[in-house]
Amino acid sequence: MLLSRRATLLGLGLTATLGNVRFALADAPTDKRFVVVLQRGALDGMSAVVPYGDANLASLRPALIPPAPGQPGGMFDLGGFFGLSPNFPNLAAMYQSGEMLPIHAVAGPYRTRSHFEAQDLLQIGTDDTSITSGWLNRALAEMPRRDGGSYLGLNAGLGMPLLLQGPVYVDSYAPEHFAEPSPDLLARIAALNSADPLLQPAIAEGIQAANFDKSVMSGNAAATPGADAMSQNSGGAAGSGGNIMSDDRARVPGDVPKTPGGFPALATQIGQLLAADGGPRIAVFQLEGWDTHGNQVNGLKRPMTGLDAGLLNLKTALGPAWAQTCVLVITEFGRTARMNGTKGTDHGTAAAAFVLGGAVQGGRVVASWPGLSDSQLYQNRDLAPTLDIRAVAKGALAQHLGLSGAALARVFPGSGDVSPLGGIIRTA
Amino acid sequence: MAIAASRFGFGFGPQDDPGSDPRAWLKAQLQGPDPGLESGAFAGLPTGGQAVDTLKADAVARKAFLAANPSGQGQFHGQSGPNARADATAQLNFAATTPFSFRERLVWFWANHFSVSAQQNQAGAFIGPMLREAIRPHVTGNFTDMVLAVERHPAMLRYLDNDVSFGPDSRAGLRTGRGLNENLGRECMELHTVGLAAGYTQADVTAMANILTGWSIATSDKGADATGFFYRPFAHEPGPQTVLGRQFDGGEQAGIDALTFLSTYPTTYDLLARKLVTQFVADTPPPEAVARISGVLRETQGDLGATSTALVDLPQAWVPGQKLKTPFDYVLSTMRAAPPPPDQKPPDIMGILNQLGQPVWGAPLPNGWPDQAANWAGSDAVMARIDWAYTYSSRFADAGEDPMQLADNALGPLLRPDTQAAMGSAGSPREAMTLFLTAPEFQRR
Repeated sequence: MLLSRRATLLGLGLTATLGNVRFALADAPTDKRFVVVLQRGALDGMSAVVPYGDANLASLRPALIPPAPGQPGGMFDLGGFFGLSPNFPNLAAMYQSGEMLPIHAVAGPYRTRSHFEAQDLLQIGTDDTSITSGWLNRALAEMPRRDGGSYLGLNAGLGMPLLLQGPVYVDSYAPEHFAEPSPDLLARIAALNSADPLLQPAIAEGIQAANFDKSVMSGNAAATPGADAMSQNSGGAAGSGGNIMSDDRARVPGDVPKTPGGFPALATQIGQLLAADGGPRIAVFQLEGWDTHGNQVNGLKRPMTGLDAGLLNLKTALGPAWAQTCVLVITEFGRTARMNGTKGTDHGTAAAAFVLGGAVQGGRVVASWPGLSDSQLYQNRDLAPTLDIRAVAKGALAQHLGLSGAALARVFPGSGDVSPLGGIIRTA
Repeated sequence: MAIAASRFGFGFGPQDDPGSDPRAWLKAQLQGPDPGLESGAFAGLPTGGQAVDTLKADAVARKAFLAANPSGQGQFHGQSGPNARADATAQLNFAATTPFSFRERLVWFWANHFSVSAQQNQAGAFIGPMLREAIRPHVTGNFTDMVLAVERHPAMLRYLDNDVSFGPDSRAGLRTGRGLNENLGRECMELHTVGLAAGYTQADVTAMANILTGWSIATSDKGADATGFFYRPFAHEPGPQTVLGRQFDGGEQAGIDALTFLSTYPTTYDLLARKLVTQFVADTPPPEAVARISGVLRETQGDLGATSTALVDLPQAWVPGQKLKTPFDYVLSTMRAAPPPPDQKPPDIMGILNQLGQPVWGAPLPNGWPDQAANWAGSDAVMARIDWAYTYSSRFADAGEDPMQLADNALGPLLRPDTQAAMGSAGSPREAMTLFLTAPEFQRR
């Protein structure tokens, strides 16, 4: 491990830090990796996993159906009834190799068509709005703590999603761009914030995590005591002068690197962190771009291909650890079964979800298909839900992370009538 | 005084002269027309209508360019992008320098309430005009007027797809087969006015979307008004519609009547009050403060000037440090506390906010940016802020400014002895600046 000046000068001595990481390595409570990808904005499940075998589909949404399997630009067949979007070639390959499991007609326990309420409820994992923590944070609370103080949970990005909010501290990672203060100055900043209940833990964790991240990103995940850290950490302050804003990042208003576009790169970095010994084990991504009210076929290309590329990058970066990985891709609700007046879809109910990873028993579709006739649609409008999204999450937490039934009841309060979905994870 | 400037405004700067009565200083900012519009700082920026024309001209020119460059050589650049950047820059610079920063915070608060993202549908071309034409004129006026101006502005019509929504039984709908898009109908109820607490149904949403059909955008030669709004009667769904139990007859007037109804609905006032108190008091808004503000809105039928005055009079708003600054607050308050030395290249506020995770006019979803600490206090967010503070402080390496004086001006009695001591023993002006800008009393507001 390359120790930065930050760490040494802060008194996070070489031995102590390395000791912690090594100890964590030896004593990690789990080697399983669990990743959640939140698709904010409501994915049109029937565009992602197309029920082309349902005779009612064509009349509901004639302009939204990709060419049939085998046609140029056609969907990937998933066993004769469902087809995977042609925007998902990498996911299709994972399906072929038995490590991708599409799940259809799935929804949360709420029937709101409000993005914002539904996203909150999806993340707190219940329709009881008096609960303010996320279900994944509560799941972290059920897992054994690591000795050595390194954290299991990681948020990919700057904004902490509700899914990870709660009493268990969760780290966050985003690529750095600014100059960095010297370790000595950072220590004084930390001291000035030592009484602040929000800023103190954030800074303390930031300092510790920066050291770990740097060592992993520089390709030196294995600890290398005594390596010279200066070369890794000296770039920030130098050369910034008064012209820090002269970089070439886009300056169009609102022009942030779009999450789906930026997801492939971020997925590689997070994958490296998850792969590392002593690294985080649970991570959350948030992707936008799914709220396709108009010209949906075009509008879904970019977020879908970004998702597809990023998931492949995640797999590649995880390397051998992919075999111990389970990724859950979920959205707050689905969209209308019928195409709206602008070749898009409005807010609906049931959607599709994906579970993937080397640990996943994939290569098949899980769906109790509700049908698409007028009377089969929910309120003659939306794909009707036949599976509770909590059943999927509970199944993954139980089979992959080993949470007990009692633990699952605490993670998803009031869900006693929702049994964990079986068969998600391969049995050795 | 420091509380007045940071809780209500964007932080204290050398341009501020509050006198001895901070409440009176804040309330005086609510008098008269919008200081930004009055100042001439936005002179030469396009109207909404001009922005529509420019976007159309860009599309025509792009087509010609591509026809002349079939091999795809070179890249076409229209005028809409530069205009939008100039607009954002002008309005950000005004926010960073205005002596009316309470009034200005209200402008950005309402712009975020009616969030439009430049990420979608080329709506970015119209956001600057929307702030100047639909938000600024009504910040101390009536909420209904603001709602009516915003919902018919090209920025909102484009962002939430209403410009392409057709009544299924309208003449244009029947002829072209195009139909309803309920995006604006839903969000104007859920986010802008009555909220989910009103208990409306899917049928209400569909009805509201039907009512708004025909509200669209056109170029000036097609007869659009100065903001670029154009009503298409042939796209309007004929017949009466019922929203929350109230029936509205057809036509353009139905939309005005329905939005007026929604904007004065009781739950609208509760929603607005809760949001205002969250912004100006605390992340967990005290119920009595919410009730007070909601009451003022109800009594005055949505008078935003009276409501803003009532915010100043809330005793709960004067407890220091209850709010963590968002990146937007943090960057603007830094620019005010320590203005960039005039001989240097101006900071690129948009680029900075991109990197700090809160791009200007770029909230990912129509509910805008959150302003609660839990959303911005992740370790990487805080570390990025510290790194930026250190980067920005490099501007003061030899600028001749006394960091201690700047800190004292900005924070007054809130500046803690610990921070002063650390700044006093700092190794350089840049380090002293960094310690000032990263001290908790400056990171909070």
